[in-house]
Amino acid sequence: MSKIAEAFQGKKAFIAYLMAGDPDLATSAEYILAAQEAGADLIEIGIPFSDPIAEGEVIQQAGIRALKAGARLDRIFEMVTSLQGKIRAPIVFMTYLNPVFVYGYDRFFKKCRDIGVCGIIIPDLPFEQQQEAADPAAEYGIEVIALVAPTSSERISRIAKDAKGFIYLVSSLGVTGVRNEIKTDIRARVEELRAVTSLPIAVGFGISTPEQAAEYSQYADGVIVGSAIVSLIGEYGGKARGPLKEYIANMKAALR
Amino acid sequence: MEFGFYGSYGGQYVPETLMSAIQELEQAYEYFKGDPGFRRELDLLLQNYAGRPSLLYYAENLTKNVGGAKIYLKREDLNHTGSHKINNVLGQTLLARRMGKKRIIAETGAGQHGVAAATAAALMGLECEVFMGKEDMERQALNVFRMELLGARVHQVTSGTMTLKDAVNEAMREWSRRVDDTLYVLGSVMGPHPYPMMVRDFQRVIGTELKKQMLEREGRLPDAVVACVGGGSNAMGAFYDFITDSSVRLIGCEAAGRGIESGQHAATIAKGSLGVLHGMKSLFCQDEYGQIDPVYSISAGLDYPGIGPEHAYLHDTGRARYVPVTDEEAVQAFEYLSRQEGIIPALESAHGVAYAVKLARELEKDQIVAVCLSGRGDKDVAAIARYKGGDLYE
Repeated sequence: MSKIAEAFQGKKAFIAYLMAGDPDLATSAEYILAAQEAGADLIEIGIPFSDPIAEGEVIQQAGIRALKAGARLDRIFEMVTSLQGKIRAPIVFMTYLNPVFVYGYDRFFKKCRDIGVCGIIIPDLPFEQQQEAADPAAEYGIEVIALVAPTSSERISRIAKDAKGFIYLVSSLGVTGVRNEIKTDIRARVEELRAVTSLPIAVGFGISTPEQAAEYSQYADGVIVGSAIVSLIGEYGGKARGPLKEYIANMKAALR
Repeated sequence: MEFGFYGSYGGQYVPETLMSAIQELEQAYEYFKGDPGFRRELDLLLQNYAGRPSLLYYAENLTKNVGGAKIYLKREDLNHTGSHKINNVLGQTLLARRMGKKRIIAETGAGQHGVAAATAAALMGLECEVFMGKEDMERQALNVFRMELLGARVHQVTSGTMTLKDAVNEAMREWSRRVDDTLYVLGSVMGPHPYPMMVRDFQRVIGTELKKQMLEREGRLPDAVVACVGGGSNAMGAFYDFITDSSVRLIGCEAAGRGIESGQHAATIAKGSLGVLHGMKSLFCQDEYGQIDPVYSISAGLDYPGIGPEHAYLHDTGRARYVPVTDEEAVQAFEYLSRQEGIIPALESAHGVAYAVKLARELEKDQIVAVCLSGRGDKDVAAIARYKGGDLYE
């Protein structure tokens, strides 16, 4: 069983997204460990990109802060390396294809393996184009996580067929960001997916409250929270440790 | 070529949420492009609404003053709405209506594509929302007001560099919020497949007419076809029918801003490297970590860090050549053409004129250079005044 799959074993998983380098790299290393202490079962580390077309305002701003604070890829790798020995939760990167492509697929995924990163989520790499990255990733044991959107319909079974790690079920149309109401029938979507895959399914995009976490974890195997966490860091900057731990602990406790 | 690739460029690198919309567009386009009814409706619009065919004008004063090859201007500036953008927009908006969409969205840099989109939406009874960088809204205020007059809503984009690149990001984000009733009408030969192919097909009329008109007037093909390149739609349209005519040089003019060594330019072919942005693999101005560089040009329409994938391919194969043209050269050409011929070109097109003049000077008098005059320059008058140290505001 992969380390990612283990994060879902015997429990519902809380997946926390943090932007590397926001407010700075040393502090984000501290926050990643704080998220683990508060109960996060899997950590998504965002690698900032200048043009994040799947992100809403909150994560866009975090990316700008991180890039301004000097969160270059080589430094992000150093930050993740510094977590070794302290981090037990599996780490996956979330970024756009260009930083990975320009660094070089082989070089990038080898580095991931060397520093203990298990997977990667690339929102602008759809199923049809996936092979160019997924093949080299597989060579180094890195799992490319597939996304399924509300618009995927008949694409679902093809996406699920080659999926690795877990399925990232995108809850809503549009971009990342806190939503008061999620209109998609998550239960029905999860059931559709169960019919075609045995991988764990985690729901993300728009989730911020314990009520939402409680509801979606009834059907899915985990929930993913990004913008709500990132906005806490945006608000508290270097003093977000306390609020962050409290927020994640509450969310984790709400999972059913 | 397979799956919208041109050599190693192209593809469909968009979020999963948009894949169904992209594929729906691909299928609709494949169907309607062979549909005689669609073709007829579009041809009639191009004739009776856009004013095609556009003139091929022999710039006699300019030619004599330069003292080299004959210079012809393909007058896309005379189209309705004042640029070549209407060719593509009529095609895509008609397609949107055939697909049953109620709303179109568009990005715009200089505002010419936005104005064309707003125009076509007004004509065909569709809603229209245009995304435009804050900086571009300031330098092209007149076009913002034109779009609003036409009934479109203009959204100010304040993310990133607040120019064309960010307007594309925001249009893609908006499309992912509302895919069902909306078509993203992209303005250049860029983005995910099928856009580079579809926009080229809709702009191809420029080169098709140019070839026919040139044969009628001169009984021969031009020695060179010159056009400015941002994303590259007017250039692709002008070049396409000449690709197999190996005697015709194809030359794209990139914005070199304050000079390609100044770090303030948008010269993608000269300075870019392979990357992935806005749904396509192509050449981009970017750093060693794949962060897209802020680019610069006096002309908002060329102020883009990438280039259409088919141009990158034509560059690789050597079939087309791409040259940098600075702000200063473009402004000189802008004034030169205005005074010699009484034709005020768009600043974008002035980049092409600048190089055409340079080239004509090197060629013999019996040779011919054709320039795509992609748009008219009314929108740029205030920007030129400011460049020259005045403080004219619209």
